[in-house]
Amino acid sequence: MRFTRAMAIVERDMHKFRRSPMLLVAALALPLVQLVILGNAFGGKIRNVPVAVINLDHGPQAVTVQEKLLAVAANERTFLPEPYADQTQALAALRAGHVAAVLIIPQNYSRDRLLGQHPQLALITDNTDQISAAGVSQTMSALVNSINAPAAALAPRDPTQVALDIVEVYPYTSYMKYLLPGLITLSIFITAMIGGGIVYIDDKQRGLHEGYLVTPITKWELILGFNLAGAIKAFLAGLVILTVGSEIAGVHSFLAPVRFVELLVVTALVAVALIAMMFLLMARIDDPLVPRAIFGVLNTLLFFPSGAIYPIAGFPAWLRAMSVVNPFTYAVHAYRVLLLQQAGIGAIATDLGALALTCVITLGSATLLFRRAL
Amino acid sequence: MATATTTNAIEVHDLAKTFGTLKAVDGISFTVAQGEIFGMLGPNGAGKSTLIRMLTTLITPTAGSAMVAGCDVAAEADAVRMRIGVIPQNMTSDPDLTCAENISIHARLYGMGRQQRKQITAQLLEAVGLADRAKAFARTLSGGMRRRLEIARGLVHQPQILFLDEPTTGLDPASRMSVWELISHLRASGGMTLFLTTHYMDEADKLCDRIGIVDHGKLVVLDTPAALKAAVPGASVIEVRFQPDVAGGSAVLEALPLVSQVRQQGAALYRVSTDSGPATAGAIMDLARQQHVEVASLSVQSTSLDDVFLHVTGHGLTEHDTIVPSVGWGKRTA
Repeated sequence: MRFTRAMAIVERDMHKFRRSPMLLVAALALPLVQLVILGNAFGGKIRNVPVAVINLDHGPQAVTVQEKLLAVAANERTFLPEPYADQTQALAALRAGHVAAVLIIPQNYSRDRLLGQHPQLALITDNTDQISAAGVSQTMSALVNSINAPAAALAPRDPTQVALDIVEVYPYTSYMKYLLPGLITLSIFITAMIGGGIVYIDDKQRGLHEGYLVTPITKWELILGFNLAGAIKAFLAGLVILTVGSEIAGVHSFLAPVRFVELLVVTALVAVALIAMMFLLMARIDDPLVPRAIFGVLNTLLFFPSGAIYPIAGFPAWLRAMSVVNPFTYAVHAYRVLLLQQAGIGAIATDLGALALTCVITLGSATLLFRRAL
Repeated sequence: MATATTTNAIEVHDLAKTFGTLKAVDGISFTVAQGEIFGMLGPNGAGKSTLIRMLTTLITPTAGSAMVAGCDVAAEADAVRMRIGVIPQNMTSDPDLTCAENISIHARLYGMGRQQRKQITAQLLEAVGLADRAKAFARTLSGGMRRRLEIARGLVHQPQILFLDEPTTGLDPASRMSVWELISHLRASGGMTLFLTTHYMDEADKLCDRIGIVDHGKLVVLDTPAALKAAVPGASVIEVRFQPDVAGGSAVLEALPLVSQVRQQGAALYRVSTDSGPATAGAIMDLARQQHVEVASLSVQSTSLDDVFLHVTGHGLTEHDTIVPSVGWGKRTA
């Protein structure tokens, strides 16, 4: 094994990488756009949802409900109550999408409440939009609770009642911050996909690899050269999203020296693991369409089940199983621990182990499959 | 280990390559002497590229053996690779790198150090006439310059044998000339052996010491260009104009040895068919001296290799329809 021969491949790739920034742009654009757009689009509180209110009661208790609704509209702003005269009109508005829910205060509501005859309020929601419906339902439940226990806030607490005190360990984590670890990993993956997949097969197709094969470069030197070149590019892409993305998302802790070194270690390991995985997938491919065709599928299979955008705890069992064998999962977890949870390298030992194992398995298999031939 | 045990640069015995049921190369044997320019001529799909890919260790033979620079292509592939330079048919230089980088990086693949690479790069760019384009991207070169860059790359490690797979295919006439000049120059400047494939008759005729003609994976004939052409009956045509006309006209020319036919084309202008152009040309000059007439013009049009090809294969170079996709098949099976 002569290192300089492998480095010839790296040298070539670095020249090209430097001159044609398109690979870097492509690897950075998607994660950055997703960070900003998804980070702001998802995970925000539901606000200003129009809700139709039909008051058929007009008694004093109904007035209390109306006041509570207005209080929500003024403070929490989850929804905006809009008075409707009759049910038919309100339901038509619901179907037309003008309102997201219809609250009905029925006739005799005040009387039932005063007489203790199971007073009821009806909430009809447009559940085609689950998220808005859930937000309205949640706020409405809280509203009803406050009607039921108006004194609770004022009176001393009942000493027999269990209270749940929720303590948030970390400062408020926006969805954008939650997304950041996944998107750093995604930028590394995209570099691997384009550089180690599309460009690699295109070079092979154009005969550039033939130029290597007529020289005495060995199989091992070729594998080392291709993977090292790819990993360096992927590492640089990851580093950019790590720094720029952290700034955008407002995660400033990454600059602490020890933390930064830990993050570099993780980034290098993720880069090698994902490049090696791509090298394995491309070991026997000649058709330039293949890497393009599998790009989207691979992205979906790796990125989404990794916990990058939605917690793994919410997955069905089979999808959880997929996340266990997905190197992305460990990359995302490692970044999340280091960036958001401020824990040290000890907390990501499992992740580092899993990523190292990925490198060993993929490089090992690729070495068996890779042929030093046309 | 590899030691040169013979004086032949290339020795090929019953070499064959089969792709599925297709015999791309079907038992070829020949030798190439050191310092020789050897041409493999044949139509597209005849098996030339498959043959050159076996000789340059890119694909392994199905049967037979080949010794290149004294080393077995199958058993001692790395030793062969150290001793040969290859200019594949597909341009393998990187269009996004400069000329100098292309050469320097290729030199690194042979394990050369920085200083040595710098030196050899400058030398080779000079040698192929691209010194002023050192910093130009390969993609900005014309076809001929690009091919010369490829040749420079193939020379970085001073190989004993240089393989050129269709070096001028797709080039315009001026570019072809410049590549031919470079190849002739390489031969003149050292003892390097050159093995080239081509489907251009004039190229093989102009450059090669010996030519093998392959068709349907078999070597049909192998000889010097002159001998190949001589083997075609009624080989040459001489056009001659006397000043003034010879006494006896056509009859006296027909009486010359080796002449098969004479046709008078105009006043004192004759077309003489002969088995040997040079011999008959000499005889005509002697005749003119004897009769004290001048030879105003004389041209010998020797049989072209096209005629040879037609003669030995029974079909022309361009009307070959058998498709042997050497590139694609090579990849699949390699």
